[in-house]
Amino acid sequence: MQGDKQKLKNIIEALLFVSDKPLSLEHIREVVEVERSEIKSLIEELRQEYLSNHCFRLREVAGGYQMVTDPEYARWLRKLFRGGRKEKLSRPALETLAIIAYKQPVTKPEIEHIRGVDADGVVRTLLERGLIRIAGRKNVLGRPILYATTKKFLEYFGLNSLDDLPPLDELVKMEETDGNPQDTGEN
Amino acid sequence: MNDYQVKLRSFEGPLDLLLYLIKKNEVDIYDIPIAEIARQYLEYLELMRELNLDIAGEFLVMAATLLYIKSKMILPQEEINLEEEIPEEDPRRGLVQRLLEYKKFKEVAQLLKEREEEGSVVFKRFIPEGERSLEFEEEIQGFEASIFDLISAFTKVMKSIPKEEFKVVLEEEYSVEEKIDFILSLLDRKGVIYFSSIWKRIKNRMEAVVFFLALLELIRLKKIIIRQIGLFGEIKIFRPLPVAVHAGR
Repeated sequence: MQGDKQKLKNIIEALLFVSDKPLSLEHIREVVEVERSEIKSLIEELRQEYLSNHCFRLREVAGGYQMVTDPEYARWLRKLFRGGRKEKLSRPALETLAIIAYKQPVTKPEIEHIRGVDADGVVRTLLERGLIRIAGRKNVLGRPILYATTKKFLEYFGLNSLDDLPPLDELVKMEETDGNPQDTGEN
Repeated sequence: MNDYQVKLRSFEGPLDLLLYLIKKNEVDIYDIPIAEIARQYLEYLELMRELNLDIAGEFLVMAATLLYIKSKMILPQEEINLEEEIPEEDPRRGLVQRLLEYKKFKEVAQLLKEREEEGSVVFKRFIPEGERSLEFEEEIQGFEASIFDLISAFTKVMKSIPKEEFKVVLEEEYSVEEKIDFILSLLDRKGVIYFSSIWKRIKNRMEAVVFFLALLELIRLKKIIIRQIGLFGEIKIFRPLPVAVHAGR
């Protein structure tokens, strides 16, 4: 019995080990064909095990589980890859993503209105990088294309779901104290 | 240092520039001194023009908006309004709303940037494209494309294909100077060069010609001496006697 459980845990570990995308509970369940609750507890065991004396961590991201290395080893991994990650996103790209994340599905003119500038190039780049997707067309004059963020977006920013982003109202509050002339001296 | 950064900072758009001016002047976003901010805004546009930066049309639209608000605020309110007690809307209101909205997203962008930084220290399994890998289980909705979408896509593609123009381009891959340096340094190292060994390095006719010109030039300058041992014998390249070299310099 104990052996079965260990084997199942090993299977799940193998799945997580080879996957290049976060694996959802459902996806794992389809493969191992056992109860979700059991999978969940085994994953939790793995997560705990990794915390002690391992080079990797199990993170919950984009609605799934993913094995990643401990940040502690970034130095060496960067050296291994001579630089490592892809080009970082530009400020316009980040602003546009922020707007799409909160307003989705959203059209290009709507994005442009908020940022006050043309969004053509940025939207194309984000599509190419797979951080946004076309989510349909809006039923207004001209039937403009609607954009939404992707799971890759969540993964890229280490978010489990869009709910991990702070509510915009909270940002308004931050905003008000920030806009107060008395406070600016402290910044 | 600060001034330097200010001049080089590029603004993502008119709203970005306005927020920057508001922060720099430490003024209340809800009570923008429009005359002063408009003045500084125009100064920036001027500066950008002097630096030959491309000023997008949006910047000019905003300049017009600012001037419009300014003029509205300077004009005395009509008395009819006062009598009827209809409060005149602050002409800045619309602009303030937009600025606040934009500012929120700028903050989110900052937050995303921080998360991106954090993400850059964790590494995950990477499978190169084309290899067996998992797909994100994304709701792929697609969208209906109309015939006009197709036509406009096609025109874009056609426009992006450059017109075929044929020109003879003479690439200057090799220079005589470079070859001279090469020959001299080789001589310094080896003392003697066999003519036949040089040709082994040569990749094409152009290089051969340039090499030959370099040799002729060196002979003319009396920097090298060529000797052939017998008819059809090996041609050797030497430096002249050391004394001569020093005298030459």
